[in-house]
Parts: sequence; structure tokens; C-alpha cells
Amino acid sequence: MRHGKYRFLAWSVLPGLALYAVFVISPYAQAFYLALTDWRGVSARQKFIGLDNFARLAGDSLFWTALRHNAVMLLVVPLATIGIALFLASMLNLAGRGGRAAIQGVRGAKFYKIVYFFPQLLAVSIVAVLWQFVYTPNSGLLNGALNAVGLGSLTRPWLAVPSLALPAVMTVMVWGSVGFYVVLFSAAMQSIPRDVLEAAAMDGANRFVTFRRITLPLLWDTVQVAYVYLGILAMDGFALVQILTVGLNGGGPDNATEVLGLTLWRNAFVYGRFGYASAMGVAMFFLTLALAALTLRFTRRERIEY
Amino acid sequence: MTLTQQPVARASAPGMASPPQLPRRRLPGLFNAFSHAFLVVWAALVVLPLLWAVVSSFKTDAEIFDSPWRLPATPRWENWARAWNQADLGQFFLNSVIVVGCALVLTMLLGSMLAYALARYDFPGSRVVYYLFVGGMAFPVFLALVPLFFVVDQLGMIGTYQGLILVYTAYALPFTVFFLTGFFRSLPNEIAEAAFIDGASHEVAFFRVMLPMAKPGLISVAIFNFLGLWNQYLLPVVLNPNPDRQVLAQGLAALAVNQGYRSDWSAMFAGVVIAMLPVLVVYVVFQRHIQAGLTAGAIR
Repeated sequence: MRHGKYRFLAWSVLPGLALYAVFVISPYAQAFYLALTDWRGVSARQKFIGLDNFARLAGDSLFWTALRHNAVMLLVVPLATIGIALFLASMLNLAGRGGRAAIQGVRGAKFYKIVYFFPQLLAVSIVAVLWQFVYTPNSGLLNGALNAVGLGSLTRPWLAVPSLALPAVMTVMVWGSVGFYVVLFSAAMQSIPRDVLEAAAMDGANRFVTFRRITLPLLWDTVQVAYVYLGILAMDGFALVQILTVGLNGGGPDNATEVLGLTLWRNAFVYGRFGYASAMGVAMFFLTLALAALTLRFTRRERIEY
Repeated sequence: MTLTQQPVARASAPGMASPPQLPRRRLPGLFNAFSHAFLVVWAALVVLPLLWAVVSSFKTDAEIFDSPWRLPATPRWENWARAWNQADLGQFFLNSVIVVGCALVLTMLLGSMLAYALARYDFPGSRVVYYLFVGGMAFPVFLALVPLFFVVDQLGMIGTYQGLILVYTAYALPFTVFFLTGFFRSLPNEIAEAAFIDGASHEVAFFRVMLPMAKPGLISVAIFNFLGLWNQYLLPVVLNPNPDRQVLAQGLAALAVNQGYRSDWSAMFAGVVIAMLPVLVVYVVFQRHIQAGLTAGAIR
């Protein structure tokens, strides 16, 4: 039996672990070393240059532009997404005129949940292609809709104006994310005990007070998780920007939508600066880590048991 | 509230209406109307671009440029045929099915075996292995991108099915192992013990007893992995430059970027719809499972 146990363990652990070691652990480990070299892909020339790449990174204005855009996305996208999703979810789950004594969702809540979830199922690249059509100046859906309702003066070449391009990209991110968080928050709201909400209503609390004092505190764990997930999304943005925006490899106009992932990818796979790109990857790793730590630190609340 | 209290509340003065009516009474009706309107507006915002793509896929290029809102004079099914054949979407679709199908089977097999071993057996290094996998979820893929390209390159697997399948599997493992380890831990121990007493080997206990018991967890994580892998873009863009081997999400984007403005708009729309449709249909049929599966990871 003992012999059989170790044989079983060997073939259930080792294949997966080997695959993981080769394709995940070893690249992550190598990245930290490559970041300290001037490697450009030709294996003979791989000189150790210490922290030179990071010094160069500090003076790379495109890197800072990209970082600033990711920071803006980090502020706007999670807040907008969570705000809209919380509103929709509380409408769907708690705002219905159920009659009787039950607090429940509006009529058709199930239908809305199905529909809101659609964008979550589409590949980011397909969402990007779709929205490229939506934003197209002359025949696009957005300008067409503005013309149709008599707001023709508001039509713009959305992706070609530097000041509008980043908001346009963030709009797509929010559009694509809200549905998932509506469903996530709905699941969490369903587990709030009804009698707590009914007691608040009985005490005369209106809907805003109930939401602020009861629903939100009880959802706080879930909101925190949502914030971390959306933060990761906002640190990325690569696929959306590369496909949706103008410019040779996206990021335009005038680098107005450049993001870190795109800068890294371009340095590595267009310019062949592999050492430098790895240094960017290391910088991104520490930024993400710091961000996660900060989020968890500043959103920490006393956990409410119920 | 119980039913017996209902008549009392109804018989009393208006101010004593049953509790749920109370907050509504205090709110202006305008807010209610606005809130409901917003539900409808958001649904429209989600559905309109999708519906518009479907309608446009039946138009001629001239009709698309003429007005984004008008319906096509006659439905042009040939757009779909052009997208499928000439724009190679049929090939991309097949590539996606092969790569994602194989990667999914491999991920579920390796992931469930790993998770079971980590959850149910105590062996030297088991905690290290567990934290290696869980820790992998904290790293951004961008960090690994450059070395990963050269690892795959040295194995001669750039632009091949097997290269993509192995990489997809490797990057899907951390979440799969994390989720399923928790799931296997939550299953009762007695049934496997009984199987051992009846003389079952470890292999039989796993495949015949534990795996069927873990079915709900396996379904959740399989759905999660399927959508994640089917929609993957970054990894194929870096590891899969070979145009014959492009997956759907990648091939469609390449088409849009390279020739969207110059050529065939109607076929592009048809392509977008071809790429969206299977996932949406599967979703509408299995929506309860899928929503549960996708949110399960976040709620745990």
C-alpha cells in the first residue's frame, strides 16, 4: 500500500509540476536575471550590466507616459465599474415592489442579469474589433446614434483626438466589466439576511441609508475582491489598446493611449530589446505587488459576521 | 413577516403600511422611474453594439457606409461565406477548437490529479508545491513574456499547436489547482476510506470515487478555464506568429488591424458575429452554470 501511494503521488504530481516549472516558474525566474543584462536576442551577446536598464527606464518618457495612463485607468475604471455594478445589482436584487413582506428584485431581474453578462463572454480582442466599428467616424454606431437623435454637433473622430482616445478606451473597459460584477454583487446580496434589511425598513431607513449603512458594509469583502481584479485589468489594457487604438501598433494618437504592457511588448518583439523589456516586466511586477498591498491595507475594515 | 400579520397591516392606517412599502413611500417617484430607466438603458448599451454587428453582417459595404441604422435591403448571407472561407476564419475557428480543447483536457487532468494529491496526501514538499502554484497567480504574465518566448523557441514550438497547448495548460494550472485543492478538501473522507478497505488502489479511488464526487467543482473550473483560454490574446500574439496556426481571437484582430479600413467591412462584421455567436449561444443555454462557474472563484 505504501509503495502504491508513492507511485500514485509521483505520477499525479510530477507531470503537472514539470510542465509548470518549464513554462511558468523558469520564465519568471529568468526575467529577473535578464532585466540585468543588455540582451538583444542573439545568445552570444548577453552582457551583465547591473541596474543600467532601470536607470534608463527612469529616463524613458514613453514609459512614464504609459505609467501615467495606467494610473488614470486604475483610478477611473474600478470606481466607475464598481459604482455602476453596485447600483444595477441593488436595483436587481433589493428594489422590487414585491408586495407581501419580501424585499426582492425588480421584475425581469433574471433577464437583465443574463443580458448584462454578455460582454464578459467575448474575447477582449473581439470587443476591441467591435468597438473600433462603434467609434468609426462616419459609419460608426456612436456617431450614427448622435446624428439620429439630433446631436450631430457632438460627433467626433473619437479615437483620433488625443484627449478623447483614453476615455474612449476606458469606456470600453467599463462596458466589458460591469456585467461580471453585477452578477458577483448579486450573489453576495442574495446572501444578506432579509430580516436585517426589513428591520431597517421598519425603522424608517430609506433606500440610500439602507444601502450605505447595511448593504455596502456587508458587501465590503466582495467589493474589495472586485477592486483587486479590476486593478489587475487596469494595469493591463494591452489587447484593447493594441487593437482598438490608432498608430502602428496601437497606443496612438501621439501616445495618448500608450500602456505599460504595450511598451513592454513593443520593446521586446518589435525592437528586440529583450533585456530592457524584462526590466519593464520587473518594474510592472513590483508595481502590481505594491498596488495589491496598498489596496488591501486601505480597504481593510472590520469583518462583519452574520 | 408572516401571513397572519398581513390583514392587520392592511386594515390599519396608511402610515402603517407593511415594511417594504415604507422606504418607497419616502422616496420621490422620480428616482424610481430614473432607476428603472437606467436598467433598461444599460441593457440597451450592452445589446445594441452586438445587435448592430449582427445586422451589419447582412449588409453590403455601401449600405454600411450609407447609414449605420437602416436594415439591409436583402440579407447578404454571402458575407458570412466570404468571412469563413476567404478571410480564413474557418481555419482560425478550427485552430481555436484544437488548441483550447486539448489544453482544457490536459489542464483538467493534470490540475485535478495535482489538487487531489495536495489535498489528500501528506508527502515531503507538498506545502512547497501548493504555494508554488498559488504564488503563480500573483505574477503578471508580462513579467514572463520575454523568457517564455525563448523557452518555447528553444523547444522548437513557436507557432505550433503543441507549444500553445502546453503553455495554455501551464498558465491555467495555478487557479485550477488552487480551486480544486479547496474543493477536494471539502469532500468527506469516509467514502475513499471505504474504497481502500474494499481493496481499491489509489488510482481507482481517485478516478472511480473522488473524481465523480468532485463533479460540480470540476464543471465550474472547466467553464472558467474554457472562457479564459478561448479568449486568450496575449499568449498567441507572442508565441504564435504563424498565420496558419492563429486562433480565432488573434486572427480576427489581425484582420481588423491590417485590412479593416481598406477592404471588406461586411465580411469583418460577419467575422465578429461568427466569433461571438457560439459563446453566446452556449451561454444562453447554460447561463446558470456559467455565471456560477465564473463567479465561484471570486466569492470563495
